[in-house]
Amino acid sequence: MAPTRDELHWMYRYMVISRRFEETIAEAYFEGKTPVFNMANGTIPGEMHLSDGQEPVAVGVCAHLKPTDVVTATHRPHHQAIAKGVDLDKMAAEIFGKKTGLSGGRGGHMHLFDANANFACSGIIAQGMGPAVGAALSRKMQGKDGVAVAFLGEGAVNQGAWHEAMNMAAVWKLPFVCVIEDNAWGISVPKDAATAIANNADRAAAYGIPGHRIEGNDPYKIYEVAGEAIARARAGEGPTLIEVETYRLAGHFMGDAEAYRPEGEKDALFAKDPIPAMRARMLEDGSASEAELDRIEAEAAERVAAAIKFARESEEPAPEDALTAVFA
Amino acid sequence: MNKPNERKLTIARAMAEATAQEMRIDPGVFVMGEDVGQLGGIYGNTRGLIEEFGSERIRDTPISETAFIGAAVGAAQDGMRPIAELMFVDFFGVCFDAIYNLMAKNIYFSGGNFKVPMVLMTSTGGGYSDGGQHSQCLYGSFAHLPGMKVVQPSNAYDAKGLMTAAIRDDSPVVYMFHKSLQGMGWLGTEKAATVHVPEEQYVVEIGKAKIAREGKDVTIVGLGMGVHNALKAADRLAEQGVSAEVVDLVSLVPLDRETIRASVAKTGRLIVVDEDYMSYGVTGEIIASVTEHNISALKAAPKRIAYPDVPIPFARGMEQFCLPNPEKIVAAWGEMAA
Repeated sequence: MAPTRDELHWMYRYMVISRRFEETIAEAYFEGKTPVFNMANGTIPGEMHLSDGQEPVAVGVCAHLKPTDVVTATHRPHHQAIAKGVDLDKMAAEIFGKKTGLSGGRGGHMHLFDANANFACSGIIAQGMGPAVGAALSRKMQGKDGVAVAFLGEGAVNQGAWHEAMNMAAVWKLPFVCVIEDNAWGISVPKDAATAIANNADRAAAYGIPGHRIEGNDPYKIYEVAGEAIARARAGEGPTLIEVETYRLAGHFMGDAEAYRPEGEKDALFAKDPIPAMRARMLEDGSASEAELDRIEAEAAERVAAAIKFARESEEPAPEDALTAVFA
Repeated sequence: MNKPNERKLTIARAMAEATAQEMRIDPGVFVMGEDVGQLGGIYGNTRGLIEEFGSERIRDTPISETAFIGAAVGAAQDGMRPIAELMFVDFFGVCFDAIYNLMAKNIYFSGGNFKVPMVLMTSTGGGYSDGGQHSQCLYGSFAHLPGMKVVQPSNAYDAKGLMTAAIRDDSPVVYMFHKSLQGMGWLGTEKAATVHVPEEQYVVEIGKAKIAREGKDVTIVGLGMGVHNALKAADRLAEQGVSAEVVDLVSLVPLDRETIRASVAKTGRLIVVDEDYMSYGVTGEIIASVTEHNISALKAAPKRIAYPDVPIPFARGMEQFCLPNPEKIVAAWGEMAA
């Protein structure tokens, strides 16, 4: 099923918010880290994994999700968090390590938890599989509506946790969808050097479930395939595996020199940047006017600016707050 | 503590009863793990439960500890109260990421906005020649890492009350039971662990130690099987005119340091008994809890009896040589008093 006009507007809006958010975070991240780059310094310390280029996966899937549905994401979580409806002010504040952050600064950018949005992410590869499958089990056992989606990178399929959880979701026929973002790189190792088969959707056969691969980082196609998978999950027909070809326009982390990329790859990827591509397509198929898209972009920039302002102006946590919230 | 005509239960049956009673009043409680269904758990912790609650709530899992412990975290965060069984604690090597990076950290990472009300029950202990991957205790390793409560009952009364408390806790509880205390005939069993257990529900507070025997000359601290070794040693010491106090820790996290300190303040002497490995473990923590609080509380250097820092051997003679026992405790007193 193709996205409606309203859904396309929503998808474009959240792609643009996500991109604007990453661009703004990138600027803030380098504050205090020049001329010498030291990860410990600056406005935002620590690692930073940006999602530029991968926005179509987040919006194409999350367009079908309700706030009550569950998402687990990875160390590169911002686009999915934003598309899932995580509070942008609190998310920005968490990334800045502020008291007003989602977790009061205890988590940081790889550990964003928003109970209202039913969103969590974590820093170790394939780690979100178990919790997502468990949430799906919870919904099935309670007879409550709800689907759980685990987003992972293409490198995650080689973790034992991935296989274990896929099998368990399938054998228990849970309302679960596994979405693999294939950005072609596991830090510096290309997919074909790490994974024995080219198409991870083929792995679905091992679990007796449907598998789909989507080429071209295409938000329309992602919307369509994810919609079928999520409807199938809601109908009690069990899990689906989806692999999406997407583009990592940034490095693995900020500060990554990306010397491992073949010459010209980045230019080729930027030429396929999904945001201008979607804009052009919406104008071409008449689903939006220039003025509408301009307004969406302006509003997105304002929304992000407000969130970053909130984060910057928020107070630091009291250091001794580190000693609280270990137990419920 | 046993009277005629009182109902006595094994630890296994006490655990199953606590679980069943809580499952009757809370539909969010369920059990999952390997062979917990028709088999009733290889230690009997879920025996009879599948008949009452069915295979949805007494759920056999694939042999996929990472997946089902990770799933328990996800289900707990989603409002359920799962009890996951890790068949042998030794198997933590294949699933510790789910345990200490997810189960133990998600409350903190969420700033307290997520609860993780789950129980991870797992068997500990050796003494029956099961080799070095099926005989460890390892509770010191769990207790070392923040974010998990860690308990181990020494008897069926505590086993039931601790299980009820663990299920109701909004934080993850690692519920460790010693195989030789379970009351499973085929494992050999410590009879003193099978005690009177009331039928009604009750809670044994997590984080509170118990005085298992009062005394005035020496404090012997232990947990699980260590308590029984300590009680037997106390009997023998009594024959020598020595009055030993036995502290049953019950809980390693939170650790009831006050009760230990109060006992040592009274006796002035401390022996710690532990079946977990010696170095960097429970014994050192107990002694530090006393000495850092009051270095002059002790009239003699403290003693620790723990598993030596070697993997657990198979051969009976070698394994028994390594394990704590009442004789070692009595000998420790002898060195202390000399």
